[in-house]
Amino acid sequence: MKKIKLIDIAHGRSGDKGDAANVGIIAYDDKGYQLIEKYLTAEKVKEHFQGICLGKVERFELPNIRALNFLLHNTLGGGGTVSLKHDAQGKTLAAALLRLELEIEE
Amino acid sequence: MKDKIRIASGQGFWGDLIDAPYTQVTAGQVDYLVMDYLAEVTMSILQKQKNKNPKLGYARDIPELMDRILPICKEKNIKVITNGGGVNPEACAEAVIDVARKHKISNLKIAVVLGDNILDRIDNVITNGCQLNNMETGEPVSIVKDKLLSANVYFGAMPIVEALKMGADIVITGRTTDTGLTLAPMIYEFGWSKNDYNLLSAGTVAGHILECGGQASGGNLLADWRSVPDIENIGFPIAEAYPDGNIIITKHQSLGGKVTIETVSEQLVYEIGDPKNYITPDCVADFTSIELEEVGKDRIRVYGVKGNPETEFYKVSCSYSSGYSAVGTLTYSWPDALSKAKQADQILRKRLEYLNLSFDEIRTEFVGYNSCHGPLATKLDEDRINEVMLRIAVRGSDYYSIERFGKEIAPLILTGPPSVTGFAGGRPKPADVVAYWPALIPKKLVEPKVEIITL
Repeated sequence: MKKIKLIDIAHGRSGDKGDAANVGIIAYDDKGYQLIEKYLTAEKVKEHFQGICLGKVERFELPNIRALNFLLHNTLGGGGTVSLKHDAQGKTLAAALLRLELEIEE
Repeated sequence: MKDKIRIASGQGFWGDLIDAPYTQVTAGQVDYLVMDYLAEVTMSILQKQKNKNPKLGYARDIPELMDRILPICKEKNIKVITNGGGVNPEACAEAVIDVARKHKISNLKIAVVLGDNILDRIDNVITNGCQLNNMETGEPVSIVKDKLLSANVYFGAMPIVEALKMGADIVITGRTTDTGLTLAPMIYEFGWSKNDYNLLSAGTVAGHILECGGQASGGNLLADWRSVPDIENIGFPIAEAYPDGNIIITKHQSLGGKVTIETVSEQLVYEIGDPKNYITPDCVADFTSIELEEVGKDRIRVYGVKGNPETEFYKVSCSYSSGYSAVGTLTYSWPDALSKAKQADQILRKRLEYLNLSFDEIRTEFVGYNSCHGPLATKLDEDRINEVMLRIAVRGSDYYSIERFGKEIAPLILTGPPSVTGFAGGRPKPADVVAYWPALIPKKLVEPKVEIITL
């Protein structure tokens, strides 16, 4: 096993869908997509966002643009207009997910 | 039929770069200028303005903007499509007519799209069997009916297409989907059938790419963000659309920013749910069918898009009043910046407790330390933290409590931890909290209406 930083193989963007945040992660190349497709599971993302995402995490695949889309439910403190969070719309959560290190098979 | 049309994004939200629409119509050739002004919270603000003055309730940037660009658009035959009519498209049109008269422009047709505003007929909708259940909680709208501030149906491209068929030079709508603004000119110019869901989905995808303005041409770019050239002079995205549904996303070459696979991909994944079912009033686009190809500098071809028939429902966006909130901030410097901010937070919370105030939520964040990434933030030694901004926010239904909270912030400067500054803005004032109520309504209960005003 070896560790790779997600930020080295992918970029992304995040935003709000009501009280859920959407985090889209895009691999820079096909090899990167194979890695995130295999290792960046909904469970892994839920564990990473412990204390931030209070609901379930849904994962959707967009292999056509080498991307995964995650919906993080119950995450934004009530949603854009009600939330007291500084980042009420989850704009910085894509960067927060890029902090993740993936353990991959060599 | 034209062999292609160029649709320029002019605004990604109300408050976007004011000069962008002007730049889009002057720095190169375009056929359409589309401007999205409406966020969810915007409608409630506009409704309040209209309640106070029946001549308001639209994006007031528009008359000022049209004063600058209308003569240019008229001369170059550029059509303008915007949802900035808010809750009063007719008043917005009248303001634009005044601008046209000032410039002695004649032969101008302005269309307004009406019928999206159902605030005054909620009872009628409920009587017709639609409870406007909240899409997230399932509760019927009746429980917030007395607190409703706005209620608008999202129309799609079709009413705009009708307006263009009637010869409109400018189309001003109320609540219309961002994607519909861009899709409409394609349907109109190329005669696309309202049943050709692959073509409608291609135009919808183009609309999604354009709807946030500069966010598709180098703004807010996580991929190698330093690489964006001349971003201070960013060119907003342009969709060059072809009759067969091929779209090329590009920008004016004389302007800054860039259009690459990365800039377009990041926008494609922005604020989406299930990518196979991107639901609009016009179609259900399948984002997993989208193919991207770089065909030149700042030219990304979008092709292969597939889609499915539209649903029988429109989405409704209601907003309702939900109490008050206030935010206070103070900045603490080295040494021990974080500890000082934490102690100030504890002092403040105890004082609020002694005062017996009532809040639904009190939230503390430390800007410069963890306000973005919370528990994921890297732990730092106190010695390495230069300064921290304490940000404390409260929310609740008791106006007095929220107002009283605002009076407890500044005293911390003289009665709390040292090396503190940053209280220049006065006491935080209670702000109205507007909550959002998403629902669905059967399409048969709503009828879009298009009116033309000829000058």
